[in-house]
Amino acid sequence: MLSLLAQIDQPSFVRPEIDWHGVAPELLLLGLGALVTTLDIIFLERIRRFMPMLTGIAFLIPLIPILTLWSQSEDLPRVMFDGAYVIDRYSLALKVLFLLSGYIVVLLSTDYMAEGDYYDSEFYQLISASILGMVVMSSARDLISIFVALELISIPAYLMAAWRKRDLKSNEAGLKYMLMGVFASAIMLYGMSILYGFAGDTKLSSIATAIDFGGDTAPIVTLAIVFTVIGFGFKVSAVPFHTWAPDTYEGAPTPLTAFLAVASKAAGFVALISIVLVALPNQADVVQPLMWVLSAVTMTVGNLIAIRQTNIVRMLAYSGVAQAGYMLAPLAVYGQEFNETNPANAIVNYLLVYAAMNFGAFAVVLLGARKTRSGEISSYGGLMNYAPGLGAAMTLFLFSLAGIPPVGGWWAKFQIFNVLTQNASWAGISLAVIAAVNSVFAAFYYLNIAKQMWFMPEPNEDHTPIRFPAPLATALAITVIATIVFGILPGITGDLSDFTNLAAR
Amino acid sequence: MYLTQYLLLAAVLFCIGVYGVLTRRNGVLVLMSIELILNAVNINMVAFGTYNADVGGQVFALFIIAVAAAEVGVGLAIVLLIYRNRRSIDVSDASLMRG
Repeated sequence: MLSLLAQIDQPSFVRPEIDWHGVAPELLLLGLGALVTTLDIIFLERIRRFMPMLTGIAFLIPLIPILTLWSQSEDLPRVMFDGAYVIDRYSLALKVLFLLSGYIVVLLSTDYMAEGDYYDSEFYQLISASILGMVVMSSARDLISIFVALELISIPAYLMAAWRKRDLKSNEAGLKYMLMGVFASAIMLYGMSILYGFAGDTKLSSIATAIDFGGDTAPIVTLAIVFTVIGFGFKVSAVPFHTWAPDTYEGAPTPLTAFLAVASKAAGFVALISIVLVALPNQADVVQPLMWVLSAVTMTVGNLIAIRQTNIVRMLAYSGVAQAGYMLAPLAVYGQEFNETNPANAIVNYLLVYAAMNFGAFAVVLLGARKTRSGEISSYGGLMNYAPGLGAAMTLFLFSLAGIPPVGGWWAKFQIFNVLTQNASWAGISLAVIAAVNSVFAAFYYLNIAKQMWFMPEPNEDHTPIRFPAPLATALAITVIATIVFGILPGITGDLSDFTNLAAR
Repeated sequence: MYLTQYLLLAAVLFCIGVYGVLTRRNGVLVLMSIELILNAVNINMVAFGTYNADVGGQVFALFIIAVAAAEVGVGLAIVLLIYRNRRSIDVSDASLMRG
């Protein structure tokens, strides 16, 4: 039998070279996630209390290979599968961001999940699956791996949004998120299929060389680009694809809202940066106007609606829409030459700062809701009187979100303006003006919350202090330190845009 | 057979799917319309893959089929959840919160 098989002329299979050190973070996260799930299945109730701790450790251990990869920076970028999977400083920085985001989400969920009788261990397992998708996404330079990573991020998130089974609002949050998400990814796939048809290859770098017409863009390529961008526009909640965001944020469990508002949005931006800057560097005359409009509309609509909100989670949701508009802005000028900071670097730096300050704001919201059981902005009255530490932290995050020095947010905004105005192009300057006007609008509603906390009386004259559970206090400490460090040591992360020369290889 | 025939079929399926998503109010029918779009993508992928003599398109189609199964599994679970609580799968009934 074996001799018969040997006679058939089989094409020989050569295993592609795998850089085990390079994929160690992903493999470790996958292995530890599977291990935690197995432990849950074996020990059931006896181990349930330790689930948050175990999942947190599973997020921290993969940081070790990332640090060793970073320290051997002369080997970077490490390229696998002919450039379909790339490990460089850009992707390593994002992996750190996603793993720490996962850790903070676990800290935020610990008490929330334990106190409402939900199915808590499964929640942590779904979070690890979603974070694994993000870690893969930051290295993916291929349409297939980007698609699979995107779905690995989204599908667990649909389930987690509908987590509170008997709560109608949570059901509705899950339904809206799932239907819009599946629809957007189907549209995105149609765009990708046309891109693939033109290039004859799914690798982003091949697409870049295949559809390089030297300025002459076929209408069908434009259609493909628009469809592909729509898919990610949904993920980053850009207007007009943002309609799911406020309802899902309000109805879903609050720790998951923080997860969607920060980690999931960052993953969408990572994919958008990879597609735009690696696959479409020569299609600037299509992508730039598209991004200009998306960015201007997103920040303006987000801010205008955020001003009217009375619920703090909805307010943060719309403010997140507006912040996505700022982050889209550098892509409106990406085709030009940059000598100081470039669009990818500005966006990644913004994502890092945004993660710190927004997670912090959500930690304060969770702590506040433990006492007031309310999400209304008016319930924050007099917070400075009975919980001065919490009030000071919230003030810090609000100043950072509004972009007031010396806390992190100003540096992130400064980078965006720097990119927009560097070449004095009409598109860049006009978008910078729109962003500046929007920042002033935004400061109004951020500082309104600060005013409530500092100057308004407590509702119900309730002066009992807020009890800080250890996980939430840890999350708050991490985010406060990160927000301050990003602000007073600007540029601490260095230049994280070394991937842009990949398309030229 | 020409490539355009497959692309036209896929485009028609895509349009039917988008029309279905935008007009149907029944949760299950919306999911079915999304399946139509995904199958339009699959036809595109396989047709382009054969046209370009590249196996990547068929591999992509296989991935899409697998992921679509997972998506619909989760989708139907959420629709069932809504049905248990509300006795209705009309998506326009889900309006406790107004975006």
